[in-house]
Amino acid sequence: MATAMKANLWNRKHLLSMRDIGRGEILSILDTAASFREVNHRDIKKVPTLRGKTIINLFYENSTRTRTSFELAGKRMSADVINMSVASSSVKKGETLIDTLATLQAMNPDVVVVRHSESGAQEFLARNLNAAIINAGDGRHAHPTQALLDILTIHDHLPIMGREDFQGLKVAICGDILHSRVARSNAQGLATMGAQVRFVGPPTLMPSKVEEAFNVKVFHHMEEGIEGVNVVMMLRLQQERMAKAYIPSVREYFHYWGLTRKRLALASETAIVMHPGPMNRGVEIASEVADDLERSVILEQVANGLAIRMAVLYRLCTPGSRS
Amino acid sequence: MAAETSWLIKGGRVIDPANGRDETADVWIQEGRIMEVGRPEVPGDCRIIDADGLVVAPGLVDMHVHLREPGYEYKGTIASGTLSAAAGGVTSVAAMPNTRPVTDDPSVVGHVLEKARVGGFVNVFPIGAITKGLKGVELTEFGLMLEAGCVAFSDDGATVADTGVMRRALEYARAFGALLIQHAEDPSLVSGGCMNEGVTSSRLGLPGIPAESESIMVDRDIRLVQLTGGRYHVAHLSTAGALEAVAGAQAKGLAVTCEVAPHHFSLTEEAVNGYDTYAKMAPPLRSEFDRNALLEGLARGTVTAIATDHAPHDEDSKKVEFCCAANGVVGLETLLPVSLELVSGGVMTLSSCLSLMTWKPARLLGIRRGELTPGFAADVVLFDLNEGWQVDSNRLHGSARNTPFHGRRVRGRVKKTLVGGRIVFEEGQ
Repeated sequence: MATAMKANLWNRKHLLSMRDIGRGEILSILDTAASFREVNHRDIKKVPTLRGKTIINLFYENSTRTRTSFELAGKRMSADVINMSVASSSVKKGETLIDTLATLQAMNPDVVVVRHSESGAQEFLARNLNAAIINAGDGRHAHPTQALLDILTIHDHLPIMGREDFQGLKVAICGDILHSRVARSNAQGLATMGAQVRFVGPPTLMPSKVEEAFNVKVFHHMEEGIEGVNVVMMLRLQQERMAKAYIPSVREYFHYWGLTRKRLALASETAIVMHPGPMNRGVEIASEVADDLERSVILEQVANGLAIRMAVLYRLCTPGSRS
Repeated sequence: MAAETSWLIKGGRVIDPANGRDETADVWIQEGRIMEVGRPEVPGDCRIIDADGLVVAPGLVDMHVHLREPGYEYKGTIASGTLSAAAGGVTSVAAMPNTRPVTDDPSVVGHVLEKARVGGFVNVFPIGAITKGLKGVELTEFGLMLEAGCVAFSDDGATVADTGVMRRALEYARAFGALLIQHAEDPSLVSGGCMNEGVTSSRLGLPGIPAESESIMVDRDIRLVQLTGGRYHVAHLSTAGALEAVAGAQAKGLAVTCEVAPHHFSLTEEAVNGYDTYAKMAPPLRSEFDRNALLEGLARGTVTAIATDHAPHDEDSKKVEFCCAANGVVGLETLLPVSLELVSGGVMTLSSCLSLMTWKPARLLGIRRGELTPGFAADVVLFDLNEGWQVDSNRLHGSARNTPFHGRRVRGRVKKTLVGGRIVFEEGQ
């Protein structure tokens, strides 16, 4: 299929969620990311692509990984990158979100990368401001660049799974689905690519009417859930879930929903293990699985994150690249 | 103003559900009261209002309104709220007590009534708090508050969650025949939720509020009504489950009633898509299943009143992240046209629809309003049943713009509103 046609599909101002992003657009971003990946392996890891562009990283939630990834992505393409960390609580106390953004807008950035603890915060900003907004995670709603980097990582491994594309690929997303933006964005993105997505976890950590909402199959037992799957994607469990009566204890959680070597043996022989990080070893994943380089692609995800973010920044910063 | 003037509202389609009237007739008003409806012989100095082609009905009674004054004047005042009412054909509003200070003392009741007398455009009937400071612990002085002018009691916005306190409130209210209005939401099930729990909340990643948060509270309260014999009314009922409970209680002969809001029977949770904070309210917009149940409840007569829960907010309270936004929507100016969709949609007749906004809530509150009966105050609305218009949040008469109906094409336009024989609103003026 013509590359030109794929490129034409990427014609949006913001990246807010995976919901309305088509297969062609995803493939086109994967292509672009693949070409940027090469830059990251050069001796001098810098290209002039985004020289003169300004990117602001506005993080209302702590996230060293995602922030660093966006920062590095911008810098490797020669953009001016500014980081701003804002404590989430200041939203309710002092300056409102829209005021902060209006201040930033006055500095006329090309892109504002935003992480926020409230679902929908970025859509609100996109409606009210001129800059291109990239959602780097909002509440439990969406984290589109994570989904894109996960899709790229899976894409890289399709050959060893003996597949040409995502059609019929079985992916189990396991753990705290309810509070996970990674699960939501991946479910949407992977479904768009043709994969069959399953959600696996305790009933208290499943969103309401989840089958209907995300067109997934739901399993409450890990053994059934990961049987025969090609990809096992684990999610981080926040330890405070015990206090709110979602689960009784870490011990019980690991016993029933932790990814152990024994459980992983139920998945396809070539199945890969993914995790958006940071991991809780012994809570959602056993160390022996996390560190098993035959199966775990967790560090590849990090590397791909950089490439995906370069690709996304490039596409949003350079309208010329849209055609 | 021409309070002493005689009016003859001539040649309109007079619909007065309380008296079973729907016919072309004249309405004669003198000294602020209804004199006669039909073909009255009027004195020579009587001024004429030509109502040809218009519906002439009792002014609407909205039993659930937030006027924000005292304490939140930046959101709305008694003057701006009642102006909005007049523009919507609403001539009587019952004002919720969650002001600052809370209407939990006869002195605050007096203050509200005085402000309404001086600066209000329509009749204001204060609702007192059930508990002091809406804290859900100590009962207010029901007797003294009624004497001061209260028409019912409610901790609206703050559910009376303690079962023991609700029991005492229902028991004590019996001494005065007082009506208790409950905002029925179990707080532990609401638990930080900001929209209805379902497919949409899951997709949007917004914490959801299950429909059971309402039905469980209504179920509990009905058992307490059975225990105590109190008069109990569910505010802005929004779920199929709660409606079923109310219908069951009514079948047993209990004094249980409920109201529904136009936004709940005309919109669903889908309106939250895009994180529109104008669609954020408590209880939240529900599913299509619940909405259909409300339509059925309206058709069957389980619902006693349509009430707006009119809740003006300043823009700053709404121009924030969805979960941080204030709950509430304005509704007085869209009450009539949105409710008329029940008529065009075949859910009920025009007369039944108007009943829910006139004499039915009036009798529930024990106020002599909502009828064109001779001797009653001349509160009258004239509207064009068929005139279409588009709701524009920027063109509302009140102080606030937070309507979820912005852009909606509606039918039914208020032309004139009279309160006590005085014209308080005229279209285009």
